[in-house]
Amino acid sequence: MSDADSRPFFSALPEVSVSEEVRVEGNISMASAPKDDGFSTLDEPVRDTVLRDLRAVGTKFVHVLYPKQSQALLRDWDLWGPLLLCVTLALLLQGGSVDSREDGGPQFAEVFVIVWFGSVVITLNSKLLGGTISFFQSLCVLGYCVMPLTVALVVCRLVLLGGSGTASFVVRLVLVSASFGWSTFASTAFLADSQPPNRKALVVYPVFLFYFVIGWMILTFSPAQ
Amino acid sequence: MDNTDELQFQDFEEVSNLLSLDPDASTLPASPPGEEDIKLDLAEDDEGVQEMSKLLDGGTPTGGFWTFEYYRSFFNVDTVQVLDRMKGSVMPLPGRNFIKHYLRSKPDLYGPFWICVTLVFSVAISGNLSTFLSQRGDQTYHYRPQFHKVTIAAVVIFMYAWLVPLCAWGFLTWRRGVEGQAGGYTFMETVCVYGYSLFIFIPTSLLWIIPVEWLHWLLILVSTLVSGSVLVLTFWPAVRDHTKLTAVATLVTIVILHSLLAIGCKMYFFQTAVHMAVPESTTLHNTMVTTQVTKAH
Repeated sequence: MSDADSRPFFSALPEVSVSEEVRVEGNISMASAPKDDGFSTLDEPVRDTVLRDLRAVGTKFVHVLYPKQSQALLRDWDLWGPLLLCVTLALLLQGGSVDSREDGGPQFAEVFVIVWFGSVVITLNSKLLGGTISFFQSLCVLGYCVMPLTVALVVCRLVLLGGSGTASFVVRLVLVSASFGWSTFASTAFLADSQPPNRKALVVYPVFLFYFVIGWMILTFSPAQ
Repeated sequence: MDNTDELQFQDFEEVSNLLSLDPDASTLPASPPGEEDIKLDLAEDDEGVQEMSKLLDGGTPTGGFWTFEYYRSFFNVDTVQVLDRMKGSVMPLPGRNFIKHYLRSKPDLYGPFWICVTLVFSVAISGNLSTFLSQRGDQTYHYRPQFHKVTIAAVVIFMYAWLVPLCAWGFLTWRRGVEGQAGGYTFMETVCVYGYSLFIFIPTSLLWIIPVEWLHWLLILVSTLVSGSVLVLTFWPAVRDHTKLTAVATLVTIVILHSLLAIGCKMYFFQTAVHMAVPESTTLHNTMVTTQVTKAH
């Protein structure tokens, strides 16, 4: 068998011999720092970094206020928002009736444990039931959806400044119930699609219980006298 | 080659002869009537049903207890099944063994866990509400959330839901091993039946908000009776082979522990006005004593 037969494809190419040395010239040094190509954020001012994260957190708050199927909460999850909300919630629930440490409202640590441990348990529950959402995405959604309840707590404390009679109780009840419904609705809007259809109620009930307990803590906050 | 012979269609002459004689004969393998009866007996036997359903549903957990998949097999339930099991825990019908009828070798941890959590919060919240309602007439009463009671309720209820089934299962397994019997309940099934039996205490604790003493005791009686009978009906097949004394003692202990939980919850979380009046009088006495002491000075 001749060479031409064994290499039918290469017969059309011109013969190239590389016996002589070919000089290759040029500069292979890169530019000292890539300017604004979006990949390196090491050289930007700290203010830019902080503002970018704050803007991301703020966008997510807006998404919770108007809950519709959006990818921002799910895809670009972060836990800054939930941390901020949890700390605010725990701080505002202090200063209650503390004449006896035992009979008072929840301690700071108790609020923290309930919010974070509760979120973890609900996430594990939905994953065990066959949900497709990832662990941190679910924590992110549950944490951000505490926002209506935190807003309700702020308003409740303002209402309590005006007095703590029956009228203020009714107002607070309506406020807390509305925000509890809003939180549950918002979080199910984000979480429901990732569950198998015949188990949706099994996943939604713990979320309902979680926000109910937080709502109860907010409603029973009574100021020190 | 030799292989091709075996690959050829083999004609069974005997069968074709028989078919030509009687074209309408059934070509399915015929079993003698005796064997069919035995098969039916096996199907009605609990063991047979258990093994068949295990094979069909894949209910046995895979992997070690440190893997995620092991626990996933205990959450393999649908909404309908959970609701069905909750319904079964409040309807103790004499023929129905909760484990055999409802669980069918697919014990789940979803029901027991979330029923316990709901019970913890319902007991704590209802207790708080009932204390508030029973003291509305008192002007000096200042509402307190009493949040520490949630922690106490959680510890008590979760310990009951895990330690008592552990003891029951351990005891039954030990007796089974001693007397050489087969067919007991697994640990998960015991936990499951105990968890679901606590379900009736959730509406009971909500009804305990009404601050009427005799109603509290009536509710305790009714709920302990219902969930106690579910437990008794479940554990009766496991103990009936023991001696009479052991069987009765076991069942009585189960019912007593259950009622102790109910009574304990009621006493601690739902103190009515009668109990609350006692510390009031002692504080009055103390203030009187201190005023006398200051007057003496």
